[in-house]
Amino acid sequence: MAVAAKDLTKDYKYGFNDGDEFVFRAERGLSPEVVADISRRKAEPAWMLEFRLKALEHFRQRPMPSWGADLSGIDFDDIYYYVKPAEEQGRTWEEVPEGIKRTFDRLGIPEAERKFLAGVSAQYESEVVYHSIREDLEKLGVLFSDCDTGLREHPEIFRKYFATVIPPNDNKFAALNSAVWSGGSFVYIPKGVRVEIPLQAYFRINTESMGQFERTLIIAEEGSFVHYIEGCTAPTYSKDSLHSAVVEIIAMPNSHVRYTTIQNWSNNVYNLVTKRAIAKEHSVVEWIDGNLGSKVTMKYPSIYLMGEGAHGEVLSVAFAGDGQHQDAGAKIIHVAPNTTSTIVSKSVSKGTGRTSYRGHLKVYPKAHDVRSSVRCDALLLDEQSRSDTYPYMDVEAEDVQIGHEATVTKVGDEQLFYLQSRGISEQEATAMIVNGFMEPFVKELPMEYALELNRLISLQMEGSVG
Amino acid sequence: MSESASVRAQLEVRDLEVAVDGKQILSGVSLTVPQGEVHALMGPNGAGKTSLGYAVMGHPKYKVTGGEIRWKDQSLLGVLPEDRARMGLFLSLQYPTAIPGVTTVNFLRAALKGQGKGLPARDFLKLVREQMTALKMDHSFMSRYINDNFSGGEKKRMEIVQLAVLRPEMAILDETDSGLDVDALRTVAEGVNRVHDDGMGVLIITHYQRILDYIKPDRVHVMAAGRVIVSGGRDLVDRIEKDGYDPMLREAGLDISAATAAAAG
Repeated sequence: MAVAAKDLTKDYKYGFNDGDEFVFRAERGLSPEVVADISRRKAEPAWMLEFRLKALEHFRQRPMPSWGADLSGIDFDDIYYYVKPAEEQGRTWEEVPEGIKRTFDRLGIPEAERKFLAGVSAQYESEVVYHSIREDLEKLGVLFSDCDTGLREHPEIFRKYFATVIPPNDNKFAALNSAVWSGGSFVYIPKGVRVEIPLQAYFRINTESMGQFERTLIIAEEGSFVHYIEGCTAPTYSKDSLHSAVVEIIAMPNSHVRYTTIQNWSNNVYNLVTKRAIAKEHSVVEWIDGNLGSKVTMKYPSIYLMGEGAHGEVLSVAFAGDGQHQDAGAKIIHVAPNTTSTIVSKSVSKGTGRTSYRGHLKVYPKAHDVRSSVRCDALLLDEQSRSDTYPYMDVEAEDVQIGHEATVTKVGDEQLFYLQSRGISEQEATAMIVNGFMEPFVKELPMEYALELNRLISLQMEGSVG
Repeated sequence: MSESASVRAQLEVRDLEVAVDGKQILSGVSLTVPQGEVHALMGPNGAGKTSLGYAVMGHPKYKVTGGEIRWKDQSLLGVLPEDRARMGLFLSLQYPTAIPGVTTVNFLRAALKGQGKGLPARDFLKLVREQMTALKMDHSFMSRYINDNFSGGEKKRMEIVQLAVLRPEMAILDETDSGLDVDALRTVAEGVNRVHDDGMGVLIITHYQRILDYIKPDRVHVMAAGRVIVSGGRDLVDRIEKDGYDPMLREAGLDISAATAAAAG
């Protein structure tokens, strides 16, 4: 099974760039002046400027994480921290600058919006350039905007929850995001409102050496439901870009939040994201996390089960092709009794690709009658590819039921032969086996995304077997 | 022989030698199965029957170190398994492989398409449903993952559903009868016969005469120690039934314990 080196620029469908499309770009590098300038341009209140500057200080003091993936290639002085692509945010696609609109057309966003979404937000570089929400939802009091608008127009809700789940000093990259954040989504679902079809945010990096630092805050009031989906792509450049988001979710009692990510950054993006949810009594939080792109991803969606009867679920897949390292996982903290959680992690490594599962399951002493199951399956496509598992458990309570299962399999010669003996080519057979392996994840996605994911996996497989 | 080859396609195995991981498994197998005929391949455990099936279908672990495999006057050496399938060959496995996440219906669709026999969706589903009914399989199996958590008997019937959907010209059936009760055995045999009646050749690997009561062999080959030691008519089956393999092994000058231990699978 010879593995041909994959020509990334050829296979990655989203690798095109639009040339320079911006109305303002901060100078390269990070300084208190750059941070203050971002805050001033956004006309933010003083407390936010102060928050940003403190976070910057923390970022500077904090060492680079020494565990996990290799981050030595990041040059913080060479990055653009803020690029404003357009003067105004569009409420219709016609209002979006032509070059940017064309990009989102090519990505199929307006079409998806027409067909199956309740609301769309499209972020280009540092700002959301297009945003819409269905009128009926707006009338019910659903708020869906970029985070800057949330701060400006709903300061009381915003300030009550912002940075309460992930404080700036949580980790180095959360500190960086806190200092230079821009865009992202602010979602507020009022009590009892169920948003039955998804809200989607789409993130696009265009500039070389760009840093994108969106900030997302989702508040689901009692008994509400929302499914939020995010997708991301970027052009392929020889120099690296940095994406470092912070996502905070607050799930009030009896609410249900599902957060789906299809991350498909080009293979020159460092994707270092902090995602965390707080789940109150009898609420349900689900992270459905798909990582296909990027050069390096470090992301461990977490759920703090704070209220009795809360349930948390992390379902993730990672696909690491040549040169990629997907260091992903999950973190679930059982603070309250009678809480339950499930972690299912599936990873596929191909060529020199590497996947790691890093999990942390903690049960506090007072959290009795806790049930949790962790399952990690890794699939290796050839001799070179690599997968590691770092499960960490810390159980301080009694009456706890925890199941843990981990498997590593190679694409079996027998499976391949069986499919081939029925007339299916080796390449297609491999893609079928990989898609089959990912099926438990894919079936959780809305159909349009499931088809897209299958297509992306098949694309990743192209030219992989000889 | 050469005259009939030009009239009718045939599977020819000549002096075939095969090694797995450097270990010799087949040491000079010769047999010929013309299209439209049924041949039985019998022999003690470890004689190399399953290995012959794998070698004919092109399993990469079974390396041909000598001899020839020909089908329709073309050498199969170096031909990929998927191309052998496209040329009309089929191998029903003794232990069919499960592929979690791949539904039976998607599996069959991909196989037909792979062989250039793709059908419009409606015709395809109709065909699959008909063949599942014929093999007495519940239609719910269509949306189950292929062979995943199937019972032994269900796997065997699914192999014959595949045979009936794919319609090969030459099928090797490796112990398709094992693990089947009498009713299932008849169902499976009828399924094979329906395709055979349309001209498919069959090489049926079996330990027992049971299935041969339903699928009548034109010729019988007995393998031991990695080669065919006797070929003959149906009477061979009766002889084996009555006396076992020992007399044949002795006639072939084989040490019985060595013959059965010589080759695996």
